[in-house]
Amino acid sequence: MSDEVKKFLYVNRKAPYGSIYALESLEVVLIGAAFEQEVSLAFLDDGVFQLTKGQDTKEIGVKNFSPTYRALGDYDVTKLYVEEESLKERGLGIDDLQYLTYEDEDDDYKEKPSIKVVSRKEMADIMAEQDIILSF
Amino acid sequence: MSTLHIVNKSPFETINLNSCLNHVKEGDSILLIEDAVLGALAQNKLADNISEKLGEISIFALLADLSARGIGRDRLISGIKTTDYAGFVELVANNERTQSWL
Repeated sequence: MSDEVKKFLYVNRKAPYGSIYALESLEVVLIGAAFEQEVSLAFLDDGVFQLTKGQDTKEIGVKNFSPTYRALGDYDVTKLYVEEESLKERGLGIDDLQYLTYEDEDDDYKEKPSIKVVSRKEMADIMAEQDIILSF
Repeated sequence: MSTLHIVNKSPFETINLNSCLNHVKEGDSILLIEDAVLGALAQNKLADNISEKLGEISIFALLADLSARGIGRDRLISGIKTTDYAGFVELVANNERTQSWL
């Protein structure tokens, strides 16, 4: 296999729990992290609901996998782009999302936020600079 | 540096095509397959939005899926091209990346 590092973008456009896409995406991201590629995650449309805080799935009988997003930083998955227009259209803001962080090894292991809110235009630019796009 | 965007759901049922149109870059192509070919119909509610984009991007509809749904080429938004499966492969090969709007 080639040693070349590629830019991977995982695009998340569906809310969690209504379908299996969100959980599958998270699992693929964690598996893919072992291959030491340059990984980013995009959350747009209903995908922004994957990152909301305070998820409680006790009454619907499925596992709440939202705490797992907090582990992404330890797997060097540190770039989570959330589309501002998608948040707004759904009455959400950055404060409705989990506060996710990673330790920056190039900056004395300082804790830094992983989530970056970007405009629709910036999201299009991010998509256009990838080598591989995986959609969920 | 262009992207081939593939959409497979009806724009009257999901926002996938709309979201795709909001994220395309100049020089990109969109390929409509399966139920997404319904979005190629002239005078549909997204037609103005699609026509506006046709200046900077190319839009294709898969002929097999149009035929299966009884939609003739003469019914399409002006500027939308049709393609067969071989053309589908060429589109994939001629773009740097593909992005599916599931």
